[in-house]
Order: sequence, then C-alpha cells, then structure tokens
Amino acid sequence: MKYHPAWIAAIAFCLMNSQLARAESASDAVESVQPKVVKIFGAGGLKNLASYGTGVIVSPDGHIATVWNHLLDSDAVAVVLSDGRRFYGRVIGTDSKKDIAILKIDAQDLPFFDVSKTAQVGPGAAILAFSNVFKVATGDEPVTVMQGVISAKTELSARRGRYKVPYDGEVYLVDAVTNNPGAAGGVLTTVDGRLLGMLGRELKGRNNTWLNYAIPFSVLREPIEDIIAGRFSRRDDLLSAANQPGETTYEPIDFGFLLVPDVVARTPAYLDTIVEESKAAELGLQPDDLIVFANGELVNSIRTFKEVLDQLIPGDDLQLIVRRGDDLITVTFIVPKK
Amino acid sequence: MNNRQNLLCLLGVLALMFSLVLRAQAQVNVPEAVVQAEQQRIETVQRVASSVVAIFAPGGQGGGSGVLIDSNGFAATNFHVVQGMKGFMKCGLNDGRIYDAVLVGIDPTGDVALIKLLGRDDFPHAKIGDSDAVRMGDWAFAMGNPFLLADDFQPTVTFGMVSGTHRYQYPAGTFLEYTDCIQVDTSINPGNSGGPLFNEGGELIGINGRIAVEKRGRVNVGAGYAISINQVMHFLDHLKSGRIVDHATLGATVTSTSDGGVVVANILESSAAYRRGLRQGDELISFANRPVRSVNQYKNILGIYPKGWHVSLSFQRGGKRFDVSVQLAGLHRKAELSGGPPPGVPDPDKKDEKKPPIPFPLPHKLPLGGKKKEPEVPKEYLKLYEEKSGYANYYFNLQAQKRILETISEWGNYKAKPRMWSLDLKRADESPIQIRMKPDAIAAKIDNQFAVLELNGEFTDTPIGSGGFLAALEQLKQLLIDPQDYFTEFYYVGSEPLDGNAERVDILVTTKGLLTSRWYFRQSDRSLIGFDTQLDDEHDPCKIRFTQLRDIDGLKFPAQFSLHYGGQLWGQLEVTALKFLNANTKGTP
Repeated sequence: MKYHPAWIAAIAFCLMNSQLARAESASDAVESVQPKVVKIFGAGGLKNLASYGTGVIVSPDGHIATVWNHLLDSDAVAVVLSDGRRFYGRVIGTDSKKDIAILKIDAQDLPFFDVSKTAQVGPGAAILAFSNVFKVATGDEPVTVMQGVISAKTELSARRGRYKVPYDGEVYLVDAVTNNPGAAGGVLTTVDGRLLGMLGRELKGRNNTWLNYAIPFSVLREPIEDIIAGRFSRRDDLLSAANQPGETTYEPIDFGFLLVPDVVARTPAYLDTIVEESKAAELGLQPDDLIVFANGELVNSIRTFKEVLDQLIPGDDLQLIVRRGDDLITVTFIVPKK
Repeated sequence: MNNRQNLLCLLGVLALMFSLVLRAQAQVNVPEAVVQAEQQRIETVQRVASSVVAIFAPGGQGGGSGVLIDSNGFAATNFHVVQGMKGFMKCGLNDGRIYDAVLVGIDPTGDVALIKLLGRDDFPHAKIGDSDAVRMGDWAFAMGNPFLLADDFQPTVTFGMVSGTHRYQYPAGTFLEYTDCIQVDTSINPGNSGGPLFNEGGELIGINGRIAVEKRGRVNVGAGYAISINQVMHFLDHLKSGRIVDHATLGATVTSTSDGGVVVANILESSAAYRRGLRQGDELISFANRPVRSVNQYKNILGIYPKGWHVSLSFQRGGKRFDVSVQLAGLHRKAELSGGPPPGVPDPDKKDEKKPPIPFPLPHKLPLGGKKKEPEVPKEYLKLYEEKSGYANYYFNLQAQKRILETISEWGNYKAKPRMWSLDLKRADESPIQIRMKPDAIAAKIDNQFAVLELNGEFTDTPIGSGGFLAALEQLKQLLIDPQDYFTEFYYVGSEPLDGNAERVDILVTTKGLLTSRWYFRQSDRSLIGFDTQLDDEHDPCKIRFTQLRDIDGLKFPAQFSLHYGGQLWGQLEVTALKFLNANTKGTP
C-alpha cells in the first residue's frame, strides 16, 4: 500500500512529461523532417501490394534508404522529393538481413539525415512518424505525419502471410497505426525531429494483430554506410528471403466445404458440397455458392482461392463473400488449428 | 557478509526506497504550466461538447454525428449520414435531451448536409475556426458518436495530430469527392461521420467524414479525413436554401507536365474560361488566388466553391501572363443531382444487413436490433418539411423567397402602374438613350440608332454587344411587377461575394425560357444592388449594378446603372426619367 502513491505519482509524472512535450504543436519538427523524406513509386499495384512507398535521404549526394521490398523490383523506381522534383532511382545495394535497400538518385546538396547521429529513447517516449501512407501525397505535397508513443523496444517476431519475417533484430514498437500501405521506408523521429528508426512493412505478430514497428537507425547505420562506401554490395534475390514455407497448408475441406473439380485454368470457385455439421454448414453456405472475394481479394479462379488459403495460419480470419443468385453473402471463418 | 553489514545494507536499501518515495511524491508538483495546459484542454473539451450532436434516424436505426453552428439550431453533418432519413431525424445533445430536427439542405458532391434542431433559439454552438490556418503537426480533437456508443448523448472525444492539410481524395465510386480536406491521425471511426474536428482552442476546423480503409477493416487505421470548415462556410447559405446544391467546374481539364507545371489539357468552347481567353496548352499560374503546382491543387481549389462563384484565374501562354475573373459553371446536370440516389450508393433501407463492405464512405448504419418504426414527428413540425424535386427541403427556400419578395415590394407598387414604360438614360458622355418598354416589345434609341427586342420570341443580344441589355431591363420590370407569375423558375440560391471579391450578397435566380437572371441582395441590409442576365449558357451575362435608388413617382428605381459585358464596361448610365404611359399615349419613337 505504501508504494501506491509513489507509483501513481511516478506514472503521473511520466504522463505529465509527455504532456509537456505534447503541449506545443509539432510544426517545427514537421518542417525540418519533411525535406528529408521522399515518396517512392515502383513495382506493385497488384493484389494488396502497393506501388508506392517512402524513403529517407541519408546523404547529401542522393542516397536514399528504404525497406527492401517488392517496390524496388522494377527497372525504374521514381523518387519524388518534398519539393516535387522527380528522379529515377537505382538500387545500389541491399541487405536482406536488415531488410534495407539503398537507392541512388542524381542529385546534390540535398537535406539529409546523418545516420551516425540517432536518438535513443525508451518506452513512453513521444514520437512522430512520417510516411507516404495510402499515397495521400503526390508531387510537392508533404507526406503524412502521425504521432504516438514508443510502447516497447524489443526484438521483432512477425510474419507475412504465413511466412516468417527474415529480420528478427531490435525494433521500436509504437502505439500509433504507422505501418500502413506505403509507409515502409518512412521515418520515425522524436517529437523534436531527431532520427530514431525506419518504418517497416505491414506485418502481423504471433497473435494475429498488425504490428507497428520501426528498425532503429543504430542497427541500420552499418549496412547503410557500407553500401554507400561500396564495401557492401551484395544484391539479394528479391524473392528468396520471403519464400520459406511454413508447416501447414489449408484445403477447403478444413472449412467444411468442397469446391467443384479444378478442370481448367480459370475454374470459377463454386462450392460443390457442404460437409454436414461443419463450420461451413453452420455459417449457412450452400452448394452452388460462388466465392467472389476471399479476405478482400478478388477470387477469379479456384487457383487464386488456393493462394489465399496458402497465406493462412491458425487463428486468422478467413472472410468469404459468396454470390448466391443476385445476393452477395459474407461469412467469416476463424482458421482452425491443424 | 556479517550481520552488521547486512543490517547496514538493509538500512541503505530502506533509505534509498524512502528517498525514492519522497522524490516521487515531490514530483507530483509538476510545473504549473503543465497543470494549466491539462486543465485548459479539459475545459475546452467540456465547453465544446455541448455543440456536438448525436444524430439518429427517427426509427432508431443508424445514425452519426453533427455539430451545431448557430443558436437557431443549424447543425452541419455529412450527406451520407442523413441520406435515406426522410426529412426528419432525432438528435441528442449532451444535456441528455432528444431534439427533433429537420433536413435543410444537402451537398452530395461535398458530402455535407445541413439540418436544423428544433425547439430552442438558444442552442449552444461551436465557434467557427479558419481551416486554412491549420498546419501539419497541430493537435486536433474529434468529437462525436463512434459506434453509436453514446446512449446518454455524451460525445466521445479522441485526440490526435493533423497529418496533412489540403489533401485531395478521389471520388469513391459515387459523387463524394473530398477536396482540400484535413488529414488527421485522430481516431475517426464509423459513427464519427458528420461530427466536428476541433483545433486545440476548441474552434471548429472540419467535419469528419472519411477514413482510409484497406485490409484492416472499417475502423481507424491512422488516417481520417475532415471536410475543411472553410469549404462548409462557402456552402452554408446555399445549404440554408433547402436545395440540393452543386459544385463547380471550370469546363477545363488539366494535366501536369514533367517540369512541374499544370497545363490545360482540354477546354469546353462553351465555358466562361474559354470566353475569357483560356485555351488548350495554357499553363495555369494561380486559381482563386492560390498557386497551382499540381493537378491535386487545382482540384482542391475547384472543390471548395459552389456553382456560380466568381474566382480569379491567372495563366500564361508564350511567356505572356493573363489575369481574368471567371464564373464557375455547375458540375452536374440538375437531373443528376436530384434523380434519386447516385449509382453505387446502396439504399440504406434495403433489408439485407450482410452486404459486402463498401470502402467509402464511412458506414454509419449499425444494426441496433429491434423493429424499424415509423418516424414520430410532432405535428407542429410537419409544416417545416416540403418535398420538391431538386430540393432537400423546399420549405426553407420558400421562407427565403418570402424574405426576398418583401425586399422587392419595398420598391413600390409597380403593379398598379401602366405597363408601358418610358425610360430615359444618359451616358457618361451625356449622349441620351431612350427606351420604350411595351408589353410586346422594347425599343431603344441610342446614338440615333434604333434597337428593337420583340418579347414574343427568343431573347436576343439587343443592342448587339450589350449581352442583352433590353432583355435584362424586361426582367427587372417583370420582377417589380409580377415576380411570382412571370418567371419559369424563381428560387433562392444562397450567397457569395459579389463578383468574387466584393461584399457578400444573397442570390435569387429567375429563369424565363433559356434566359437566366441572378439577382444580388446585399446581406447587410437586404437591398437589391444588381443582377446578371444571361441569354443562355453559351453567352456571357449582361451584368447590371446599381448603388443608389431614387424616388420616381412614389416608387424606388435605380439612379444609375453600370453595365458590363464580357469583362468590359459597356456603359455607365444615369436614369434621367422613368414614366408610366397609358396604352393610348403615343410615345416616341
């Protein structure tokens, strides 16, 4: 009991401190960070893969750090500076272990972040996150800024679909929804605009919740400097890292239904049989229902439906939208353990 | 370690803990400024909470949020919140009471609607802020009724940061286009729709209406969008007119060039901008006094003005700069706006609860259970709603018409006078203009030339090059004699700054055949100070302005006119005489 007031006081103090930091508008920090963040446009646009992303300028000579993702798997990656100038970027090096790639554009005297000078903060520290989420900004429009608090500094344990993520080092986890489409490669700073980390991908944690994380620049500094100096130039195969299949794959029968035989390349995903007393029966699915969407993806064949199933792990939601006559019916399964 | 050391050690630990406790307790005395800032924020939230409205469909199914903007009970919300509610709705305030409210006006393109809460003339209301002063990084809080949680009508408050300003959001399969909007990381969720976004000082800066939705479901994912309050204010009087209001177009599409310029890709030859000289390939410099550096910026600027506003436009061609003023045309045809729900917007009354998610707009329908009831509207309020095609609620337009007719009647009883008018004018160079206005024709004698306008055919540009001065005079004559029966259409539009830059005026529109007139009434004293008469959509209007009225024969009439056509002054005309002649009087000419 004796410690109660003290604890409350200590917590209150922490809160007050962050309030103090929050009391003023972050406009100054916003203005200083924005010129160092770029919008990147490259490959993608299919399925849930965004064709846009974010990068951070790490040298005055046009070196840009970003997350090593599908966006860069293109001959021409467009880089748009905060003043609207548009450049073509070339990947000069990647490090899959740190999930980072360095782009080079032909420009000089750019405002940049010095990756050797990063701030170190712990849980409870107020932060800002800058990124090109949802492609809201184009041309010279400033990228999105969000605010939040560091909730933990820990090791990443996450997956994409059912694949484990290659990077398992130190990350900042934040309480704001920073990691949206297009955010990868954005920058996490303190409220006064000091460099903290690079916003990562859209990943799910073990408990099926979306993670909002950033890799500290203290971790990224070495590969960035090595790549820029030409000491490190291994080009990773863009697909190799992601494709380590997990232990389980799902079939329609796991959800209590069977599809019509997959006879042609684009066999429509019609339900053929519903297993009695199965989950599918409970949810009211019927033979001849046509699956049109699975987890938000358009299902144009049995094959694409199976690709969706391949991504599932136990505990995930599987939302199906089926067509029955003129009606669209939505049902949601929870993926069972196998 | 011996016992003594142990004891010392223990004492040391205790002392340390005690001092920690002391320190922690001392730290409760946080800086006064922090306590004050905290207190201020709490007080701000409490103060503005009284202006936040929880909106429910009369049957209790679905709803959203709104915000009171004046003491008479006018409240702003989203179009998509009131869409499908038939004229009346129930609103809860944080005093715990339920108020009846009536739909006033809607803006389907901008996703804004105006409703009026009933039963009081002293409603608490929000202070209107300036959304152009909002900066990235500012704090902003949203209030409203997310997930329809507020059973006791105490609004939910969420707090966050302005993530972006002057954002452009494409139409989402429907009309709904968000232009020049404010992006926030403040948590905006279903049911927040139509509710207020406040700045830290508690001033209203936006109406929350949209969130980014992708694979994570229809809840906040860190990007919400609010319609800027400055846009809402541009449309406010238009919404008060009870109409389905329209947005504007320049009649031109633009595209960006590789060097960051914005050039005209296509332009309609019938547009006002074309008549002012804008051509394909011209590069835009500024629009409505804002620089244009991207297509988004162009759309942002265009999106915040109602149809009919005058805005400035600067463009260059071959190194030469042109500065013009352009009247914006309507974005939609009348039938598009009033012809039932736009394509792509599902009918909210449809039985099926399990329809697939539509990405936008925000869902505001949550199944609350229970059977749908017929709305219970007190009898005394039923007269406040009148259905009419093209209107959200014709009742409010009728009220405005009544007000305007009173102003017109103040000019005197023209009806009692003979219908043959003899009007003598004098130009700035003293040269006279004589006009005879008969029921079937108007004749004018100008510089020994005669111009005649027959009134049983189409209106024409008479005298040539005036934009239809005689037709305009006929409109004025009829407005004074027979405003309610002569015109094909007669309705209140809203208000705008006269010619884009002068004082705010209320606008009455009248039509006669293809001819349209816009009449301008100064808002400060309601007096009629001018009008534009346009022969058809493809002509510039004949713009007539008058400042002073004089007494003629117990009636009021302008002491002088100024007439502009096509951006040029046609004439400055002094009224030397107005006579009413009996039909048997032979006039000259």
